[in-house]
Order: sequence, then structure tokens, then C-alpha cells
Amino acid sequence: MRSLSVEAGRGEGKAQGRFSYRLKLGVGKTITYVLLIAMSAVMILPFLWMLSASLKLDREVFRFPIEWIPANPQWDNYVRIWTRIPFLTFFFNTAKLTVIITFLQLATSSFAAYAFAKLQFRGRDTLFLAYIASIAIPWQVYMVPQFIMMRRLDLVDTHLSLILLQAFSAFGVFLLRQFFISIPNDLSDAARIDGMSEYGIYFRIMLPLSKPALATLTIFTFVSVWNDFMGPLIYLNSESKKTIQLGLRMFIQQYSADYALIMAASLVSLIPVIILFLSFQRFFVEGIATSGIKG
Amino acid sequence: MSSAQVSKQGSPFAGIRWNKLKQELIAYSFILPNFLGFAIFTLVPMVFSLVLAFMHWDGANAITWAGLDNFARLFRDETFRIALFNTFYYVAFTVPLTMAASLGLALLLNQPLRGRNAFRTVFFFPYVASLVAVAVVWNMIFHPAMGPINQLLIWLGVEDPPRWTASVEWAMPTVIMASIWKGMGYYMVLYLAALQGIPAYLYEAAAIDGASSWQRFRYITLPMLTPTTFFVSIMLTIASFKVFDLILVMTGGGPGRATNVLVIHTYNMAFREFRYGYSSAIAMVLFVIVLVITIVQFRMERRWVNYM
Repeated sequence: MRSLSVEAGRGEGKAQGRFSYRLKLGVGKTITYVLLIAMSAVMILPFLWMLSASLKLDREVFRFPIEWIPANPQWDNYVRIWTRIPFLTFFFNTAKLTVIITFLQLATSSFAAYAFAKLQFRGRDTLFLAYIASIAIPWQVYMVPQFIMMRRLDLVDTHLSLILLQAFSAFGVFLLRQFFISIPNDLSDAARIDGMSEYGIYFRIMLPLSKPALATLTIFTFVSVWNDFMGPLIYLNSESKKTIQLGLRMFIQQYSADYALIMAASLVSLIPVIILFLSFQRFFVEGIATSGIKG
Repeated sequence: MSSAQVSKQGSPFAGIRWNKLKQELIAYSFILPNFLGFAIFTLVPMVFSLVLAFMHWDGANAITWAGLDNFARLFRDETFRIALFNTFYYVAFTVPLTMAASLGLALLLNQPLRGRNAFRTVFFFPYVASLVAVAVVWNMIFHPAMGPINQLLIWLGVEDPPRWTASVEWAMPTVIMASIWKGMGYYMVLYLAALQGIPAYLYEAAAIDGASSWQRFRYITLPMLTPTTFFVSIMLTIASFKVFDLILVMTGGGPGRATNVLVIHTYNMAFREFRYGYSSAIAMVLFVIVLVITIVQFRMERRWVNYM
């Protein structure tokens, strides 16, 4: 934009130059839009196909050419998925895990991040390095020892195992530390002179100032726990404890020919994330930008 | 005179030292809740996985020392060789193609356009959508016999369309496509933030000097983006080496062993065959590969990354 305006400025006084510039700009814009719309189609059509298929009869799902808007929509599919498998239980389990893990994650990471960002203590940099290193090491490298440990603790097939594994992530500490560092020290120094304790500063100054970062971490944690497939796959066996992703997978394997129902169930499993994403996407974008660029 | 004597005599240093100790204790109290969980459930298993790679264990009988047996076994294990090859195959295509696609999208979006935010939302959405749901819809769309993609190809006159995830040759390319499709929105956001951080005066100066738009891209945009490109390449490489869920839900590692990658092999050895020691040895190989590549990337950083 900026460079173009300069170019436009140069063309001033030369009518021909301005005309060709306009033309070039117009063609460029059109190509840009065409490309963007084509890419959007690639990204979104699978989901629209999912929606359309979820409202069809199984034998209509693969009919070609695709009938995007079904002639007689089978709304009933959305009722049947709840009775075929205990979808409601899966939803409830996932919601429970998501809320608990997100809460613990926010509480413990913001607490630790405050010390890493604002306090002096021996071993701070070494400890922080260990946190960063653990982000870089693939989780799969130590998933087996984790599992063995949980089995020793007799926690396999409990929700507690997943909570313990996911509530203390290094990523949360890293993300919040990056944000806390950017908050100037003036306010907290003034509060310290007034006799406020570090805990007071954390609660009354840091947390209120960090709402965007906390929102970002909340959303990231929510989405990753909601979508987690591998954790529940390894740890949860009994049907009454399974989560939505595992339940969806089970549904797909059990009723592999019920195409429309599979699509309906998949779509339902996406809805909480869609709502969250559309309402808070600003925080996603900001969160990625801060945690990424400053890292 | 030692410092201990000073403090005994009640010099002002004692107060300062006590204060400092108190400060540190407060700091540790902030760290402790997170650190306890992190140490027990992440650090300890990390160390344990290293030990386990030198052990034989089936989870039921006693652990026995294996020495280098597990690593020697790697050389005899054909599936390991295939998984190693497949992992590199996946990484070699996924990393550059995702980077190119996300940079391309970011450049398109970094212009004054109507509906910019809507486009950004659409591109980013697959990243937050659950893998299980995404994989099932991909498998249906790419179904070799009934899927709309192949029906379209046949309608367009392609006589023998690829059998996608059902064929040995096409399974990996299909998985790679799905992975690029799902991940590029995330890296696009990173690139977009970096593009918006490039100071306008650089472009203005270049325009005054008569630089063409290609020259501006080549000599301003690309060099200014190198820190992001560096970061993206590291994140993407690590993420690609540990690819697992996507493959498990799309192909399960098949057909045959066509998409069996290192983590799938690790998972199968541990949770299907209960060879925990051997499984950890495979995981160690993965770890060493990722470590070496990351170190190499950092070593090469100075040659091409440009920090202002």
C-alpha cells in the first residue's frame, strides 16, 4: 500500500503514467482477488461438503455432480447421532477436561511466568532454558515413560491422568512470560514502594493488565484440549470416560458406511471450536504473532 | 574477615541478605506449582525415556539391561528403515511447501483489500478444526471410487485417477496435501505479522530509486522476513518430524507401510507390541534427528538471517 502510494505520487503530472498505473493496479487487484477466492474455496469447501453431506441420505452423499443444498434435508441425522453412541457423555467429559485443564494451566503458568519475567532468583535463566528446551523436544519422545509412570500411579483410564499431563505445559509459561516482560516496571515498582507484596502485584497489577495474553492462552488451551486425540487414545479405555474426538473416531469405525451420520457427528464436534474461534479470533492472531515473533 | 562474621555482628549486610533470601523464596513460590507438575510429568519422563532405550521391558516382567541391543535392532528392522524414509519424505515436502504456501497467502493478504479479515479467518480455520473430523472428511472427498474429487477427475476425462490414500504411491502425497492445507493458515499469520512490521520507509526509498516490484520483494521483503522464515522453518521442521495424529486418523500408517513414520512405529512398538525399550530407542533416534537438524539450522542462521 505504502509503496504504491509513492509510485502514484511519482506518476502525478504524467497522465499516461497514471493511467497505466491504474490499469496495472486494477489487473493486480483482480488477480489477487481471484487467487484469494480460489484459495478460500480450497479451505472451506471440505467443511461445506461436510455440512451438505450431513443432511443427506447415505446413498445421496456421493452423488455426482454434488448437490450442495440437499433437496430434502435429513435433519433427523442430527437427532440420531445422539442415540447411536453416548455422544452426550463424550461431550460432557471433554467439557470437564477442557475447563479443568484450562483453569490449572492459566493459574500455574501465569504464576510461574510472573517470576520468570519480573523477579530475580538464582537459577532463573537455567530453569527457563529447560522450559524452552522441553517445548522443542517432541512429546512423542517421552510419551511411553509418561504412560508407564501413570500406570504405576494407577491413573490409566482416569481423567486425572490427562489433567496432570496437560495442565503444566511449558508453552503457557513461555507465552505469558513474553507478555509480562513487555509490561513496564513503573507500576509494579510504585506499588512495591507503597508496600504491596509480590502476590498483590501479581493479582492486582499483572493479571488485569494481561487480559489479552490470558485470553489467548485460554483459547489455545481450550482448542488443544478439545481437539486432543492422542492423549485420550492412549489413556482412556472405558466408554464412559472417552472424549469427543475418541468418540467420533469410534463412531467412524463402528458405522463406517453411515456417511451422513459421520458427517453430522463430525460437524457437531466442530461447533464449540467454531463458536470460540469466530468470537475470539483476534486473540488467536495476536497470540500467534506475540509468541512467535518475540520467541 | 569472613562474611559470616559480619552478619553475626549484626551489620546492615545481614538485613540485606535476609531480604534477598526472602525475595528468592517468594520467587520460588511463584514457580513451584507449575514446576512441580512440569518436573514430574515432563522432565522425569524425558530422562526416563533415555534410560529406557537401553533396557528390555514388556511392561509385565522385570526390566532388564539391554545395552545397545535396541539400537542394534534398528539396523535389522525393515519397518524402521521404511519409517525413517517416510518421515524424511514427509518432512522434505511438507516443510518447504507449507512455507511457500503460507508466505504466498500472507503476501496476498498484506494489501489493502476488502474482506481481508474474512479471508484470514477462512485460511486459518482448518488449523483449529479437529484432526479426526478433518481426516474423515478428507477421506470421503478423496475416496478412490465414490469421492467427489475422483468423480470430477473422471468427468474431466482423466481415465485412471489416483487412488489417493488407498494406494501405496499416492497415500503419502495425499497426507502431505492434507497437512499443508491444515497448517498453512497458522504460519500465514506469523508471516502476516512480520510483513506488517517492515518499515514503510524502506519501500519508499526503494521506489524513489526506481526499484521494480520484484526487486522490492527480493531485496527488501525477503531479507526483512528472514527472522520469521528462520523461526517458521524450525517450528515446522520439529512439527513435521513428529507427525502422528494426522497419519493415524487418515491412513493408520498404511496401506501396507506406505505412510508408516517414526512416531507411528514408536506408538505401535509401545502400545501394540509392548516393547517399551525398543520403542524408546526409536524415539531417541527421532530426538537425535530433530536435535541435529535444529542445531544445523541455528548454525546456518548467521549466513542468511538478517536482524535489523
